[in-house]
Amino acid sequence: MAKLRGTGMAAVNYPTGMNLGGDPSQALVHATTSGSFVVTLSATDLGQGLRTVIGQIAAETLGVAYDQVVVDTADTDTGPHDMGTFASRATHRVGNAVIAAAVEARKALLDVAAEEFEASVDEIELDGHGNLMVRGVPARSMPVAEVASMAQFKYGRTIAGRGSFMKPRSEVDPETGAMDPDSTEAHACTVAEVEVDTETGEVTVLSIRSAYEVGRQVNPALVQGQITGGAWMGMSHALYETTAPYYPAPDHSPRDFSEYLMPGPLELPEIDCVVLEMPSSNGPYGVKGIGEMTANSPIPAIVNAIYHATGVRIDSLPVTPEKILRGLDARRP
Amino acid sequence: MTAPLEVVGRSVERSDAVGHVTGRTRFAADRAFPGMLHLKMVRSPLHHARVRGIDLSEAERVPGFVRALTAADVPHNRYTILSLIGVEPEEEFVLAEDRVRFKGEAIVAIVAETEEAAMEAVAKVRLDLDELPAVFDVEEALKPGAPIVTHWGNNTFMYEGHPCRRVRLGDVEAAFARADHIVEGVYNSSPIEHAPLETTGCIAVPEGGRFTVYTNTQALYFSLDNTSIILQVPGNRLHFIGGTVGGGFGGKVDVIVEPIATLAAMKTGRPVRFVYSRSEEMQVSSTRSAWRIYLKDGVTADGRIIARKVTSYADSGAYSRQTPYALTKHAANAAGPYAIPNVSIDAYCVYTNRQPTSAMRGFGVTMASFALEVQMDRIAETVGLDPWSIRFLNAYRNGDMKPHRKLADDATLIETMQAAAALVGHELTAEQQAMTSAPRAGGDPGGR
Amino acid sequence: MASTIVTFELGGREVEVLVRPMTTLQSVLRNQLGQTATKDGCRQGGCGSCTVLVDGEPMASCLLPIEDVAGRRVTTLESLTPAEGLHPVQQAFVDEYAFQCGYCTPGMVMLSKALLDHDPAPNDEAIGQALAGNLCRCTGYRPIVDAIRHASGAMSGHDTEPVR
Ligand code: FES
Ligand code: FES
Repeated sequence: MAKLRGTGMAAVNYPTGMNLGGDPSQALVHATTSGSFVVTLSATDLGQGLRTVIGQIAAETLGVAYDQVVVDTADTDTGPHDMGTFASRATHRVGNAVIAAAVEARKALLDVAAEEFEASVDEIELDGHGNLMVRGVPARSMPVAEVASMAQFKYGRTIAGRGSFMKPRSEVDPETGAMDPDSTEAHACTVAEVEVDTETGEVTVLSIRSAYEVGRQVNPALVQGQITGGAWMGMSHALYETTAPYYPAPDHSPRDFSEYLMPGPLELPEIDCVVLEMPSSNGPYGVKGIGEMTANSPIPAIVNAIYHATGVRIDSLPVTPEKILRGLDARRP
Repeated sequence: MTAPLEVVGRSVERSDAVGHVTGRTRFAADRAFPGMLHLKMVRSPLHHARVRGIDLSEAERVPGFVRALTAADVPHNRYTILSLIGVEPEEEFVLAEDRVRFKGEAIVAIVAETEEAAMEAVAKVRLDLDELPAVFDVEEALKPGAPIVTHWGNNTFMYEGHPCRRVRLGDVEAAFARADHIVEGVYNSSPIEHAPLETTGCIAVPEGGRFTVYTNTQALYFSLDNTSIILQVPGNRLHFIGGTVGGGFGGKVDVIVEPIATLAAMKTGRPVRFVYSRSEEMQVSSTRSAWRIYLKDGVTADGRIIARKVTSYADSGAYSRQTPYALTKHAANAAGPYAIPNVSIDAYCVYTNRQPTSAMRGFGVTMASFALEVQMDRIAETVGLDPWSIRFLNAYRNGDMKPHRKLADDATLIETMQAAAALVGHELTAEQQAMTSAPRAGGDPGGR
Repeated sequence: MASTIVTFELGGREVEVLVRPMTTLQSVLRNQLGQTATKDGCRQGGCGSCTVLVDGEPMASCLLPIEDVAGRRVTTLESLTPAEGLHPVQQAFVDEYAFQCGYCTPGMVMLSKALLDHDPAPNDEAIGQALAGNLCRCTGYRPIVDAIRHASGAMSGHDTEPVR
């Protein structure tokens, strides 16, 4: 009986957007008289940090500081239509809609400033720190807040923008499967290291190390969060989780967390990653998507590592100690 | 966008951080309203049965019982999420009519003054059920003589006349005939629960002729539009508020609690709370499908995959929910990120008497990736290459035709593998280091 | 069975509640007192989202009959949060991005506070043991472990840089 170590790898792609498209998102952006901007949506934050990244994208496009932007979601009486948060679509779809809305709002802001400065619109610029100025003439500068207030009280105008994004729906050819399913694809490659106890069949995952290519990271800490959480979830799917422990028999399905197994903090492997950015052509600032894919490559990487360690190839999930022990038994002469 | 980015690319603090660490973030079920009622569901104890009768007499005598809702109370008693995007047929019921097809299927909704009273009344509803034979395995369900789960006579979702979603590129059989190796594998996965820490739920509140619904749905308008169809009320009488979700992972795209809670609020004129218990979340809410995936690859002696045949079965459970769509997404990705000139994919969405399955993180792709990437190692072993080399050799590049006939244009698999190799200290060959995802000289399929 | 009055200390104030027998502390906090920072992930003792401190000890409030806290000192996240700013444990959770959906966070913060009160410099093993009953489906635990280490440094005066 021994503890055997092995290494396995896997490389995957993951598509962005509701399959086949036809999944629109809208956004509205308007300035308050105090010069902050409100982004109004009906998209949902599942915890991935959508509110935060959408605020960042809006601030970037408007040319104002991040803390000048408030993201208001989700209320169907105020927020325009959104298909929902799934299919790794939210940052891509909502981000594109917000850019369109912010471009329009920015234009309205610059128009007012141009009028006030008696300059042409293309001479006006935002410094990203809350000021508008005539290019090259720092003396002719005014805080965004002042221009926003002037728009309302002096010029009687709104500073607002509307944005929508939709990848047109593709139909599938029923004979050949020809279709245009996604907007772009992100990629990942994971290397897992495991130790298998041949006495008990238990697997300890020692490390999960991955490279991801996600187009553009709007917020690297949040991308890292998806990768770390996904690595854990992938490990959990690979080794622990099932609602039918004797699948296909339906018996003994778990009712609560004491019966539904998942690894805890004591089972954590070392998790490490690098993130490449090769901007997509159609995502906001080149974004692809990272929400769903992070649990995918760890699963086969772990299963391949178990094979490398023991010579037992397991083809069914989850890989329980029982399956490993049976596999080891089958290999004995 | 050539100017340097100011805000995009920075790890700014999450805008909801303080709310989360202070517990001031309000999740859907953190709200309470005066006069709020509680809804609990009477569910089928059997996997497959004919419903002969429902006796509410004892339940009605429980102190605090307010009313029961059955199929007859639901204006359009069909729950078909994807009908919004034209997916047919309508096959699931909001509340069961004459047949239940999985253990846990909703039959009667009980509304009561307290949760305790609702649970007591649920326990006192008497169901008269005739048990029917059930089927639990995807391939068993396709055999002649298997119990039929659907109302259309077989156990598969029909894709424009085909029992599966098909993808065809090139000629797989001809390529198998000239391949040096045939590598086969069959891959299985059991169903998985989303297990969000916050269970699925909502509160529907009558307000001046309209209904405000506080919900943890992942898709506010999916929920509103489905509720509007099921209750046959115009969308402008519904006001949905959400946006804060205690974990979704796909499970909260099912929009299953809002229609019945809103109906209960309409029928009682009072706020109604319907929040899944943990055991409902585990045993009744959708899961990730179980999958069985057969792979057959034709490979040349030097390791090029020249043909791949994929036959996949996803267990949809008793109803389709989002699963037919998962199979189409699966079919678009089931050959993997590799350049393979001959591909045949048959992806079946199969009905069984299990708890329905639906969207989950990695929708249709997670188990494809598992099967494909274990298979890649099998192929590597067969031809005597290491796992890295087999993938570099077959990696797709921009300009390659994918099996669904879209040209790859955002391929970065090669660069991603190079970065992973550097991260873990795996030494690549000079040739592998020099590779890029740039289009092949001569375009597709010249380089293959 | 008749309802009874139970008195206990909550965040430094004495509170009195009229309850039916076997009502849980979780239910009293959420439904009677409107203190919804204490979460409700399972009501089966399986997730830890309802963790509060009773006389400084972390407990699953969903398993605790209210009668059992009579005369005892209950601390919830509402009472931990200072009037202005954040408790060092809360700040560490913010700095380490130690949540995604945030549903486990209240229980995690309470548990971390209790752990650091008993062991101001826990190692990863001790942190892992302490967290064993509190589930997080989103983060993979690593950022939570990092936040606890970070808070430990901050509270002991050796302010550490965020781990990330
Ligand atoms: S709600 Fe108390 S442990 Fe889950
Ligand atoms: S952050 Fe979602 S459960 Fe922990």
